[in-house]
Amino acid sequence: MAAYDVLVEVALRPGIADPQGATIERALPALGFTGISGVRSGKAFRFSVDAATPAAAQAAAEDLCRRFLTNPVIEDSVVTVAAGAGPS
Amino acid sequence: MTARVGVVLFPGTNCEHDVAAAVDALGGSASLVWHGASSLGDVDAVVLPGGFAHGDYLRPGAIARFSPVMEAVSSFAAAGGPVVGICNGFQVLAEAHLLPGALQKNAGLSFVCDTVDLVVASSASVLTAGVPVGTALRIPINHFEGNYTCDPATLEQLRAEDRIVLRYRRNPNGSVDDIAGIANQAGNVVGLMPHPERACDPLLGSDDGRVLLGALLASAGARVGA
Repeated sequence: MAAYDVLVEVALRPGIADPQGATIERALPALGFTGISGVRSGKAFRFSVDAATPAAAQAAAEDLCRRFLTNPVIEDSVVTVAAGAGPS
Repeated sequence: MTARVGVVLFPGTNCEHDVAAAVDALGGSASLVWHGASSLGDVDAVVLPGGFAHGDYLRPGAIARFSPVMEAVSSFAAAGGPVVGICNGFQVLAEAHLLPGALQKNAGLSFVCDTVDLVVASSASVLTAGVPVGTALRIPINHFEGNYTCDPATLEQLRAEDRIVLRYRRNPNGSVDDIAGIANQAGNVVGLMPHPERACDPLLGSDDGRVLLGALLASAGARVGA
């Protein structure tokens, strides 16, 4: 077994209301930022998974995403697995 | 026979006493059920009240769904027991897949706290049994994530199966098809964003909530007699 570092990025699906992203975008001109559009907010989770292989770590993280970290009705997620730094 | 209503209390729930008071005032008998309980006890109906279960962390209802009591709630619902989720309780029922779809953030960027006009859209639920379609009700809402959404096939199914229980007369949050409340296929599980328990006495500005909670108690009482 080894520890794998996992990054889960959660984004609202297209068409799902994102008041935070919209509010940030509306504030930009007053702050002097121009040419920025399409702001969408999201969430990121980092954790480590003990698994035999990177594929097993990926599968475990995707299961966690599907059942808990995201609501598939309104959210999509991307899972990225990297070799962990520390011993398992 | 007095209908016994279990009112589930999660950490962060804050409408449990309002629901219990309304149930008792309508002739029912309310008891609080802690979310860590593995059994509901002897109850004829269950209400998941409003609030911020588990702080609404991750998503409203996402963690509450895994509270031990939810297994008992699911079994009770599967056996035909009346289950009503109000506001945060609706979000919990959606996350628990006892109702389809999801409650996304309100359109228009605002938390909405207002008394709104509702229309009963179906009598085929434990919350609206005996209440004629078209009945107008004035009931408060108080939420940030009350914008009901689902995929087009689910919406078509909800319409075809007469499962849209309540609609807003003027959509306050962007909900698809003006939906304020829906039911499961059997009609015994209902989720709604408005708070009928806050409209159970003329002193509160409206007692229209009695129509809905009264129907729930009648549904629960019918089970007692069965």
